Amino acid sequence: MSGQSTYQPTSAVGKWFESRLPVMGLVHDTMLNFPTPKNLNYWWTFGGILATFLVLQIITGIVLAMQYTPHVDFAFESVEKIMRDVNYGWLLRYAHANGASMFFLAVYIHIFRGLYYGSYKQPRELLWIIGVIIYLVMMATAFMGYLLPWGQMSFWGATVITNFFSAFPIVGDPIVEWLRGGFVVGNPTLNRFFSLHYLTPFILVGLVGLHVWALHVPGNANPTGVEVKSVKDDTVPFHPYYTLKDSFAIVVFMILFLWFVFFAPNFLGEVDNYIKANPLVTPAHIVPEWYFLPFYAILRAVPDKLGGVLLMFASIGVLFILPWLDTSKVKSATFRPLYKQFFFIFVAVSIGLGYLGGKPAEGGYILAARILTAYYFAHFLIIMPILGLIEKPKKLPESIAKAVLDKNGDDPGGGGAPAEAVTAPETKG
Amino acid sequence: MAHTDQSDTTRRDFLYIATGSFAAATAFSIWPLIDQMNPDASVLALSSTEVDLTPVEVGQSMTVKWRGSPIFIRRRTAEEIKEALAVPLEDLPDPEADSERAEKPEWLIMVGVCTHLGCIPKGQKLGDERGDYNGWFCPCHGSHYDTAGRIRKGPAPLNLVVPPIEYLEETKIRIG
Repeated sequence: MSGQSTYQPTSAVGKWFESRLPVMGLVHDTMLNFPTPKNLNYWWTFGGILATFLVLQIITGIVLAMQYTPHVDFAFESVEKIMRDVNYGWLLRYAHANGASMFFLAVYIHIFRGLYYGSYKQPRELLWIIGVIIYLVMMATAFMGYLLPWGQMSFWGATVITNFFSAFPIVGDPIVEWLRGGFVVGNPTLNRFFSLHYLTPFILVGLVGLHVWALHVPGNANPTGVEVKSVKDDTVPFHPYYTLKDSFAIVVFMILFLWFVFFAPNFLGEVDNYIKANPLVTPAHIVPEWYFLPFYAILRAVPDKLGGVLLMFASIGVLFILPWLDTSKVKSATFRPLYKQFFFIFVAVSIGLGYLGGKPAEGGYILAARILTAYYFAHFLIIMPILGLIEKPKKLPESIAKAVLDKNGDDPGGGGAPAEAVTAPETKG
Repeated sequence: MAHTDQSDTTRRDFLYIATGSFAAATAFSIWPLIDQMNPDASVLALSSTEVDLTPVEVGQSMTVKWRGSPIFIRRRTAEEIKEALAVPLEDLPDPEADSERAEKPEWLIMVGVCTHLGCIPKGQKLGDERGDYNGWFCPCHGSHYDTAGRIRKGPAPLNLVVPPIEYLEETKIRIG
């Protein structure tokens, strides 16, 4: 869907500018006039929500950095000072901390949307892979940011996670000491995490640019999984149709975000992090932030240290090869009756792993975590390849336009597509 | 052109070598950027400490700090020593005789950092949970250590590390 720009500057200044630096044309073609499938539902608004939260996190982060001191003797106190003394400091810090949680909530919905509608399939494999890289950088950013308040969970979370690398033979311990800049997490660690926590969001901005670029070559996927056949019949311009739809979704999502900020600002946090870091006392129950819990459950499910660490990295690594593990030619789960069921089982398994990650590693919890971990990998490595071979998909609509018209009852003749199948994606919104 | 025909070396070869040297020099210049993240001189300077063991009675423990990590010092009871000696080495995930870990059987001195992911195991204080083997227990991921600080059960792969120790006097040691 990329091609010659249709942008025509009208003013003399616009023409002068455009012939020297065609940036207005770029904005016009990618954000205003971009042809977008006309049947996108609300699950497609999370890209815009994510972009909004990236900007919000950068803005609140920059102003918090003006008040924060990255030193082991002052970090914890400077955060308390932000909460008590700095004008609106409480608001900025709560917005930043809960903004990170909302960012992850939105990215998980965005990823599961991609899984349900087969958005990772040809020709969007690279778009998907860039997305997984974005997710990894997000995790690194959140992890480093969590050390900065220098509370007990900050300290011990960083200790445990940097220790992952000690699982590797020979090079492990030197890597851990290199990461920490000492034998334990200390001032050098805090300083470098602060430096990198300021850097990685801008790397994210760059990656998001690539993500959008890779999106704009094949264009958006859509709930039917049928590609755009006619720009005239199947698409609408991004503006005003999706700028408004996205804006509305952003406002609704903001309500949830602001509810947390104003009414339950510490609900998603850990009380232990309001105790200053103490290198000699480990909290009784170390848990990461909620968005890391499923991976924590996978780590603890394995009785072997190196095995646990490798399996945890593999749980995200498997997403990179997903486009080639899924053998089905049909993209959307709406037309894949078996995959649709396995998709929802997979959602339940992921949530189950998250629940278990927050429980102590003992008895029945470990057994359950092992079963769910095995299923997590089986979903990608066994179920996905086999399903594509044995599943009989429902009949696909001829085109996006046809699907939309059938659904609205404007075409009583019907296109042969089952009504239920066509309406299902819409009811998901 | 005539002079180039006389030699196997061409101008292009020079370009290749020059480009390669440039790339190599750039690669070397990255090293200081990486190495600056390693523990610095002031961190390394703190790498030895002296401890007076006199105040510790039999059956008591003491925790001191060395290189930022806690050091567990335990004056073991005769029963604990007997327990540690009685274990057959083939029962251990990381086989190590008690005598290799405690130069003087009464004094067990170890880095108090779980070899799994670095939490501080419980067992130093009187009321602490001490695990299935009456030694130390890491609450993070459930590793059990015995009375010689050896891993017996749980995800930790290795025994609690014994640091380099030198007895300066009967009850005075230097760690590191």
